[in-house]
Amino acid sequence: MFNWFQKKKIEYPQFWIDYKSHFQEEDLKIPLKDVTFVVLDTETTGFSYEDDRMLCIGAIKAKENIIDLKSSFEIYIKQEAFNPESVEIHGLMKNHNYETVSEIDALKMFLAYVENAIIVAHHTNFDITMINKALERNGLPLLLNRTLDTAYLFKKTKAINTLLKNDRGYSLDEVCKELNIPIKDRHTAAGDAMLTAQAFLKTLARLNFKQNSTLKSLLRK
Amino acid sequence: MKNTIADRVYDFLKKYPPFDIINKEDLVSIAENVIIVYLEKGKVLFKNDDTKHDHFYLVKEGGVVLKKNELADAEIIDICDEGDVFGLRPLITNDSYMMTAIAEEEALVYGIPIDVFKPIIEKEHNVGLYLIESFTSKTKNPFSKKFAQDFYQDSPANLKSEDLEELQTIKYSKDPICISMDDLAIKAANRMTDYKVSSLIVVDENKLPIGMVTDKDFRKKVVTGLYSSKVPVKEIMNFPVNTYKKNLTVTEAQLALVQNQSGHLVITEDGTDQTKAIGILTNHDIVVSQGNSASGLMKAIRRAKQPKELRKIRQQIAQLLKGYFFQSIPLHIITQIIHELTEAINIRAIEIALQKMPQRPPVKFAWLSLGSHGRKEQLLVTDQDNALVFEDVPEEKYESVKKYFTILSNRVNTILNKVGYEFCPADMMARNPKWCQSLTEWKTQFSHWIHNVETEDILYSSIFFDFNRTYGDKELVQELAHSIFSATDYNPMFFTLMSRSALQNPSPLGFFKQFLVEQDGEHKDLFDIKARALMPLTDMARILILSHKVKSINNTAERYEKLAELEPNNKDFYLACSYAAKSLIKFRTKHGLIHHDSGRYIKLNELTKEEKMKLKRCFKTISELQEIIKLRFKVTQLL
Repeated sequence: MFNWFQKKKIEYPQFWIDYKSHFQEEDLKIPLKDVTFVVLDTETTGFSYEDDRMLCIGAIKAKENIIDLKSSFEIYIKQEAFNPESVEIHGLMKNHNYETVSEIDALKMFLAYVENAIIVAHHTNFDITMINKALERNGLPLLLNRTLDTAYLFKKTKAINTLLKNDRGYSLDEVCKELNIPIKDRHTAAGDAMLTAQAFLKTLARLNFKQNSTLKSLLRK
Repeated sequence: MKNTIADRVYDFLKKYPPFDIINKEDLVSIAENVIIVYLEKGKVLFKNDDTKHDHFYLVKEGGVVLKKNELADAEIIDICDEGDVFGLRPLITNDSYMMTAIAEEEALVYGIPIDVFKPIIEKEHNVGLYLIESFTSKTKNPFSKKFAQDFYQDSPANLKSEDLEELQTIKYSKDPICISMDDLAIKAANRMTDYKVSSLIVVDENKLPIGMVTDKDFRKKVVTGLYSSKVPVKEIMNFPVNTYKKNLTVTEAQLALVQNQSGHLVITEDGTDQTKAIGILTNHDIVVSQGNSASGLMKAIRRAKQPKELRKIRQQIAQLLKGYFFQSIPLHIITQIIHELTEAINIRAIEIALQKMPQRPPVKFAWLSLGSHGRKEQLLVTDQDNALVFEDVPEEKYESVKKYFTILSNRVNTILNKVGYEFCPADMMARNPKWCQSLTEWKTQFSHWIHNVETEDILYSSIFFDFNRTYGDKELVQELAHSIFSATDYNPMFFTLMSRSALQNPSPLGFFKQFLVEQDGEHKDLFDIKARALMPLTDMARILILSHKVKSINNTAERYEKLAELEPNNKDFYLACSYAAKSLIKFRTKHGLIHHDSGRYIKLNELTKEEKMKLKRCFKTISELQEIIKLRFKVTQLL
């Protein structure tokens, strides 16, 4: 007889199975210097998780204290939803002349790129939710990666002082300014990812981890 | 595919040598493969003896210091800031690193992958040459040619013939000195002495060369008593003569000299002994042709009879300097060679003047060089600064002795002026009776400067404290130096006032870290590197070294090195000062060579960003030094 209580097993595409295979056993005791971070930024048509869409994903890998340019990732996505108001922020026009890919192809490429790296972004929640919404639309589960937020980590480097009113959110511009990172290509996904990567490395140094610190001690921060 | 990040790296790379001369396509592929290394302050990128990395490095932001090893007091080899390349060893050899690179401040460096870069140097020689220069300037190893060979060993076909000096035609002495075969040996010896040559061509009645006499023949045949000095030269000459055509290449000449072992070749009009001799070629000419022309110039200076000959040589020295400079030979070697040559020109000028005097000097005297020449820092031709001291004489003789030396000084000053050294606008020259005095007068003068300090005196005394004996009696000079040091002994006020004078020029950087430029006059809006940077650094070195009672070191960089030794607590700081002194002199010389002037005034808009940063780094050291001087010699009480 047909079993009404058995959940229907969904067949996921091969690229998702490959992506998921990287998460079989997680080792939080891995030394920090061996952890691969994917620092990313997305450009979207707006700030609504439901109505707006990703136009671009820019990312770069950082490991130990090194950013390898060969690992840079920059993908432009063909989208039907288009919000003219956001054009002013990042200058991505609907009829641009960049090479674009479909949303599902972009996700496929991104998952193959990110594997089980720790995802780092500035206000990570926004970028992760945008990617997750896209995964959902394409009938896929949510991202499995652990995440870090440079806005949060940066605040951790400060002694919170109510008089200074420094217990607040910091924009990427503010963080870059304080960390002496020359601002270039702001509001392009790859440019912001690069700025965020530099901010991440500089913030990490300021958090004064001991020589043999593990991933766990960073995630606990 | 669009790659925003690599585009930015590309934009940065193309601003700096050697990347600025790499074609776009290659540079893009380099940019795409760069790694960016973040270094927190104090982080070691590589250590002495570490195995080689797969990259060499370019500073993107911040500063990296290169040291002999990672110990805190290790010798600093170089400090790299934005746009500087380092860690080039893996590109050139397979050895381990010979130095340690540490982030002096938080830094981002680009790692350029060796495997992507190597094919490019093989294509672009200039890129390789730049890196070799950069590499050797850091390893302090002048044998860059060896590395050039290592670099290009697979592609000798790329070498152009004009690069190979072996294929150049050799220069030889023209208008050779000849003697007739029937003249007496003693006449030949006298002629060789008069002309300061080591050989003569012996000619027959038709003036055709038939043999040679050399120093060696006199030593072997005449002095030993084998022949009398009254025999005709044909008795003692070497023959037959080896004659060669002109336009010999260096290699051919070398070969010929080896084959006939005489050490001298005669060049004739058509290369046979049936035409007249037009030149003589010796081992020495080969040495000269091989780039060591400093020794050739030295010899020419000693032989010069006229100021105009010296003038020509002085111009050749400028050429030599240019050559050395752009070959990146270490500055201390360049200054040493140029100083020796300058010194020789001065000595020769004095000798020429002495020959023209009706009598020999009545008493002992010494010629003193002052200022930059005295400090052995003179690279470009500048004003004359000199003085003369003579032995004390009884009162009744004083007038005539002083007159003799004033006339002599006047002649020397005039000769030096003809050679190309302008008269000093403040007339600080030996021809000025004030600066041509007896030993006792000088002692009184210095004592006056030290004990009754006035502002104008400070200016005088400061250049006089850097005196150096160029010619004449050593003891006179030592005695003078000794009396100066004992006079400064009990006089802290002297140091305070000297310091105040040294601090009168404000720090070269203004409040907004902008260069302070001249406000008005002929040099408006130009940066005066002498007054703003070199003079304060020189003045402060003098004060510190005098306060330690160290005689005999006049050179500013050497003074700071000595101070580093004397004050171990401040070692690093003084070494930075020494580094600043060297790079500022180098800077001034470079600009002087480019603009054919003294290099003193610098147009800021002609500086590259890199140069501005190098300058600023030196200026930071100067400001710190000014603070130290202020405190140590209690200047603040006076300000």
